[in-house]
Amino acid sequence: MALLRIEDLRLRIGEAELLKGVSLEVEPGETLGLVGESGSGKSITALSILRLSPPGATMSGRILLGDQDLTAAGEAEMRAVRGGQVGVVFQEPMTALNPLMRIGDQVAESIALHRRVGRAEATAQAARALERVGLPASRFPLDRYPHELSGGQRQRVAIAMAMAVKPRLLIADEPTTALDVTTQAQILDLLRDLVREDGAGLILITHDLAVVAEMADRVAIMRQGEIVEQGPTGVLLRGLTHPYARKLAEDAVLASAAPPARVSDDAPVMEARGVVRAYPGRRTSPWRRAQPFRAVDGVSLTVRVGETVGLVGESGSGKSTLLRAVLGLEALQGGEVRLDGASFPPASPAEARRLRRKIQAVFQDPFGSFDPRWRVEDLVAEPFHLLERPPMGAARRAAVQAMLERVGLPPDASDRYPHQFSGGQRQRIAIARALITEPRLVVLDEAVSALDVTVRAQVLELLARLSQELGVSYLFVTHDLGVVRAICHRVAVMQGGRIVEEGTTDDVFLRPRHAYTQSLLSATPNLERALAARGA
Amino acid sequence: MSETTIPGPATRGGRASAALWLGAALTGLFVAAVLLSLVWTPYPVADLDMAGRLRAPSAAHWFGTDHFGRDVLSMILVGARNSLAVAVVAAGVGLLVGVPLGLLAAAKGGLTDELVMRSNDLIFAFPSLLLAIMITAVAGPGAINAVIAIGVFNIPVFARVARGAALSLWTRDYVLAARVAGKGKGLISLQHILPNIANLLIVQGAIQFSMGVLAEAALSYVGLGAQPPTPSWGRMLNEAQTLIGFAPWLAIFPGVAIVLSVLGLNLLGDGLRDLFDPKLDRSR
Repeated sequence: MALLRIEDLRLRIGEAELLKGVSLEVEPGETLGLVGESGSGKSITALSILRLSPPGATMSGRILLGDQDLTAAGEAEMRAVRGGQVGVVFQEPMTALNPLMRIGDQVAESIALHRRVGRAEATAQAARALERVGLPASRFPLDRYPHELSGGQRQRVAIAMAMAVKPRLLIADEPTTALDVTTQAQILDLLRDLVREDGAGLILITHDLAVVAEMADRVAIMRQGEIVEQGPTGVLLRGLTHPYARKLAEDAVLASAAPPARVSDDAPVMEARGVVRAYPGRRTSPWRRAQPFRAVDGVSLTVRVGETVGLVGESGSGKSTLLRAVLGLEALQGGEVRLDGASFPPASPAEARRLRRKIQAVFQDPFGSFDPRWRVEDLVAEPFHLLERPPMGAARRAAVQAMLERVGLPPDASDRYPHQFSGGQRQRIAIARALITEPRLVVLDEAVSALDVTVRAQVLELLARLSQELGVSYLFVTHDLGVVRAICHRVAVMQGGRIVEEGTTDDVFLRPRHAYTQSLLSATPNLERALAARGA
Repeated sequence: MSETTIPGPATRGGRASAALWLGAALTGLFVAAVLLSLVWTPYPVADLDMAGRLRAPSAAHWFGTDHFGRDVLSMILVGARNSLAVAVVAAGVGLLVGVPLGLLAAAKGGLTDELVMRSNDLIFAFPSLLLAIMITAVAGPGAINAVIAIGVFNIPVFARVARGAALSLWTRDYVLAARVAGKGKGLISLQHILPNIANLLIVQGAIQFSMGVLAEAALSYVGLGAQPPTPSWGRMLNEAQTLIGFAPWLAIFPGVAIVLSVLGLNLLGDGLRDLFDPKLDRSR
């Protein structure tokens, strides 16, 4: 008998129909990959299993866990199911844990909720659960607080909480999206091992087809509240029939082959020479002087005219700090940044404005990078502040609308507010804002990381086209190697505040020299490789 | 096939707007009383009528008369004027001084932040009413000094609210984008930070306003607010104290006026907060 069986699940909130007849099955010991873009209904489906869908939602259909009908279960019954029979791991390890509770207590609490055990016994079981997820008490005492752990370790605690009472089904909702690739690989391995040992079912929700190809026995692809295709992983991904599913797979691979390696002797747009950014460190003893922490430790990097340079590294490698240094937003403790041959930021404010218009930025979060109270016209026109005689009134409006058209938005977008746009459209607005002063270099900080694969492919295409049309250079900071492969001419790999490898994209990807680059590349989920390993 | 409505937390919209409407109505009543008193009162408040003193509420005197024969309803209407003026100006002082200080502390950080916030702590460390009594005792009683005394305590409240909210906004990417656009900290505070914390400040303003009404009543009660013959709710309560056994209306009506206006302003503040921030769901 199936472990979980969802029959014709429908869910609506007011007029909006979020799920339109979803039917799924999960066998014991099976991993089901649930794939789709944001808003496709995959998370809502998972929450509906636990009857945690948003207030005011009306649900119909049947959800059977073994022979228990969850749609008919009372609230008390559901509490036993949630966290007892069905464990959940969420995306954000930062917010899934209570910051004021020691990790041992958090795991023990989830045990005590579902098992009749005393405090001491719960703590003992918590220690075993944490050991199972690779956090042995000898190195990670139970009285650690979440902030003392890294993102990956926190996600391990969350997994320990979910798996401690041996649920029959584990739902993992984008469990590795917030993590670095090498950490992601470890967490995925851990999840696979745990559910295999316990014979539990796993629903792995993700937007990443490559992750699914590596992990799942079966795949279901969702779109707009419906399952458009489902079947065994290898067979399904090799022979996708639904046009949407095919598009999803193509975009995931970013098939638009790497741009031609260009060896350019053009003048550098931006040169960083031996840049050091250090933060005051903590004193370890009253007699010793505090050692400053060097987030960026003597980095040199050049971006030439018309060139796209990728800067890769994990969180904490110093790539974002370097980027802020390049933007002139951080005071340097050593080295210098030169923009178009001039030292940046210069001492005089007038000169600073003149130079600053040559470098603009696009940030990661398409939701956080706009003042919610400003209209798009004002947002896009904000960098006009750098001009000596900024266009006013009708001229300003025309300039903004021309730029909006250039990035593929209708001109009337200028009168609307950012919340009226989707994530991809907002990144287009951000690109318009970055280009309005006709800069020489645009710095992109994880600018496509928050986007769905299809939208990501479109935005990357747009960036490539604009680079050709306007001759603008990009410095592309990302942890996503697929993105780098698709659009960068050269790559620099950062680790621990230094650049450990640098070269043309092909060189770095095909013949990585540094051990760290090699581990990054092998940890990155790869659709082709995973399917080949399955013999599909 | 079963149809299930998910038992979620009760939708809060109706309850929130009920509080908002009740608060707005009570506050409206308060303001209406002030406006009415400017053009008309049932009897002139300065009129003493020793023959008609301590009358119980009747058709002629809805709220009765006091020990000098003055009409209590008229005194409450005129007293509202005093309460409103003191509370508005005191909240305004806090807003106009405190918010720029908070924005400055958040924008500059470091030593400036420490200086501003530690001096705020200093003011906070005093029991507010006690210090207000001290100020009025030194500077002499009167409405103006009451305003200053209450206003000074509003400064750190607004400074803290503004600084806390501003600090969280300073980490936003749109602030970074404004810096990349070459804008300085002052301009960013004015263009991006202030508009985005305005709703918090309005809510805090309503709450400080209600506390101002209460503080004014307390100061008048101990004789340090508006001086006779200007009627004031706090002093009416004080004067009713010895007569409460046989003329309870003298205490009840000003007491009810204070309670209703403070309640109304608090409900208004809460309602506004829910209105501005639908995500803040306290019923969960």
